[in-house]
Amino acid sequence: MQLSGAQILLECLKREGVSHIFGYPGGAVLPIYDAIFDCKDIKHILVRHEQGAAHMADGFARSTGKVGVCLATSGPGATNLVTGIATAYMDSIPMVAITGQVRTSAIGKDAFQEADITGITMPITKHNRLVKRVEDLPQALAEAFYIARTGRPGPTLVDIPLDVSRNLMEFDVNRDYPQQVNIPSYRPAGPTARVPDVQVRKAAQLIAEAERPVLYVGGGAIASGAQAEVTALAERTNILVTTTLLGKGAIDETHPLSIGMLGMHGTAYANHATNGADLLIAVGARFDDRVTGNVEKFATGARIIHIDIDPAEIGKVIQPDVPIVGDVKAILAELLKIVQPRPATAWNDQILEWKERFPLIYPNDGKLYAEYAIETVNEMFDYQAIMATDVGQHQMWAAQHFKCKRPRQWVTSGGLGTMGYGLPAAIGVQFANPDKRVVCLSGDGSFQMCTQELMTAAVYGLPVITIVINNRSLGMVRQWQEMFYEERYSQVDLQASPDFVKLAEAYGGVGMRATTREELRDALAKAIEVTDRPVVIDCVIPTKENVYPMIPSGQSIKEMMLRQDLEQVKASVHADAEQWSFADEERVLEQYVEAVHSAGSEDASGG
Amino acid sequence: MNKTSALLLYEQGAWHGGFFRVTNTIMSQIQQQHTITVLVENHAGVLARVAGLFARRGYNIDSLAVSVTDRPEISRMTIVVNGDHRVLEQITKQLNKLVEVLKVVDYTETASVERDLALIKVNAEPHHRGELMQIVEIFRGRIIDMSDKTFVIEVTGGTDKLDKIIHLLEPYGIREMVRTGIIAMARGAKTATRSGRDMD
Ligand SMILES: Cc1ncc(C[n+]2csc(CCOP(=O)(O)OP(=O)(O)O)c2C)c(N)n1
Repeated sequence: MQLSGAQILLECLKREGVSHIFGYPGGAVLPIYDAIFDCKDIKHILVRHEQGAAHMADGFARSTGKVGVCLATSGPGATNLVTGIATAYMDSIPMVAITGQVRTSAIGKDAFQEADITGITMPITKHNRLVKRVEDLPQALAEAFYIARTGRPGPTLVDIPLDVSRNLMEFDVNRDYPQQVNIPSYRPAGPTARVPDVQVRKAAQLIAEAERPVLYVGGGAIASGAQAEVTALAERTNILVTTTLLGKGAIDETHPLSIGMLGMHGTAYANHATNGADLLIAVGARFDDRVTGNVEKFATGARIIHIDIDPAEIGKVIQPDVPIVGDVKAILAELLKIVQPRPATAWNDQILEWKERFPLIYPNDGKLYAEYAIETVNEMFDYQAIMATDVGQHQMWAAQHFKCKRPRQWVTSGGLGTMGYGLPAAIGVQFANPDKRVVCLSGDGSFQMCTQELMTAAVYGLPVITIVINNRSLGMVRQWQEMFYEERYSQVDLQASPDFVKLAEAYGGVGMRATTREELRDALAKAIEVTDRPVVIDCVIPTKENVYPMIPSGQSIKEMMLRQDLEQVKASVHADAEQWSFADEERVLEQYVEAVHSAGSEDASGG
Repeated sequence: MNKTSALLLYEQGAWHGGFFRVTNTIMSQIQQQHTITVLVENHAGVLARVAGLFARRGYNIDSLAVSVTDRPEISRMTIVVNGDHRVLEQITKQLNKLVEVLKVVDYTETASVERDLALIKVNAEPHHRGELMQIVEIFRGRIIDMSDKTFVIEVTGGTDKLDKIIHLLEPYGIREMVRTGIIAMARGAKTATRSGRDMD
């Protein structure tokens, strides 16, 4: 049958199993939207901003492991996708972005709404392609999906000029859509690739020899679906597991062998464990600077086993003793066949002792804090909610306190740290998981970067619950200015925000405000009852709360700041003073920051 | 080890197993010029991808030559880069990640022939022409154009040879010069396009 490029596109998407397209129309994609008009099998979600479409596709992908799909018109539509594509790229999320382009004869002529989107996204896609002939479209799409989901996953982009989606071609998806993709220059390791057994044996040997091993698990373990293997390895060897921001859920975080996140805002015990280890087993992790701080001083006593599907990660930051390239799940399965069981040792006791000595704490003065809100989410949703976050202090508090029982329960922008990600990502998650509850934990700054997507949630009747941790401030930046810029608070006071309760109502959602612990519990209880529209809970917390522990950027475990130390200083100042006042609080912080961290920080990048 | 001694040792920073990493750092600091050959699919935009990768990751290109090969679907880039062992390893791996890159071969440690070609427009006053022709002769170059004031000299060879002749011609006044950049090929029967191992 003669089909247009646009119809062929939809046929191919169907064949790829695409159920949802997040998109926004425009001139260059008119033929595609005309085909969508007739398309029954794929649901098109009309967003309010293309950035939202990209983040929704990303959230859809993170929560399922499937390829997320977004669609935008040429020029401004395509450039609006850029932040979302970059976000997915940094976190290795499988996504296919489809953009319209001006007709082929106009390309390069600065035509209306022309932007060189393949040029623009070259450094933030795994691969991209401008399709110049309708005959090339099926192959281009097949490759885009194949590349996005295989090997180390990532976003790809297919740019389709107006005339290509309009042109007709004889096409039968069963006959003409490539069954298999064969790209000679692209040979990713897959779950069935041969595992380098010599390396695996060496790894088993190192594990057998180690006295103080630690498993350091990242997003690669989630991508390859290796939770069972990670857990089995930990249990067999009694090695404690720390995860990265993206590795959350690679082991049940309520498991006794889980010691939470490591790195800049990781738990003190996870950081002590990694830095005190004599063997670090890095699984699908990339020694990011937020994990290592000063690389020269990171885990100096440890030998390193580095398991990753991307050869370029091996030796990029740290030279491992035993590199193993391949699919994490497959490699761990091999390792499990030969690794010797080991009992829990004094090292386990040591880490657990650190855990007891330096637990994650927040003030127990009965006031409402973000940490409390997050713990209440754990509890009230019975550890079953999927959490999407924005970026800032609230994200780090969530990383510390939200407990994943399983992978893909945690959706956050790690590598790029994209404010505005949370709400649209949560919407994408909700589309993919209609039967699960989705909580978006946001900040009053971040929430205002993609608030418009509340309308999308309302139109489609999605009961996404957004908790806005409202500190009237760009909290994370404020924290850095407080600590490293002598409290010269520059442009971090938001001064005013819309009334989030009324805002939610204006969009057709439910709005509630919580200023106490009880109000928060009530609001959440009410939110759980809402099943057909978005809920926003304005969760008001004190402005001057900081995220602890903190290892300042580019520094090491020696410079780790703990809330425990802060409380101690507080207590001593308190003992001297007749009455506790706000000024004391300031003085305490000053003393504390000076004492613990006189050196300051060389790197001024907040997050 | 009991738990208090483990903690003490840790807190004193006295656990030293960092030997491997230290030696690696020293080894890797030796800067060297590398000639690498990159075989790529002959698609539009591939050069931009490769060049973009170098720019974005902060690798410097000393020279770059691109051409067709004996197989029309494959292009060949010869790139000269400066860097230590680790930088080169990263460059190779990152190049291999580009979907259109088929193969990356580093010729630094292989027996190979390398050639660069230069065209040099040099002042050639009548009373200097004899000397100039001698220099060209010694370097097995050719004079391929001649005017009443200038010669255009063509010379091929390795980087050193070209640098030398350029140095010798400088006193006469070089008006213009262009070099193709190094191209390289392994000695013997081994070929980059058909056999040999992928570098990874
Ligand atoms: C798009 C974007 N712009 C700027 C930043 C820098 N940044 C990191 S955290 C932060 C403050 C976030 O404020 P808010 O959302 O209120 O969260 P809080 O830190 O107060 O919890 C900023 C501005 C960023 N990460 N992303």
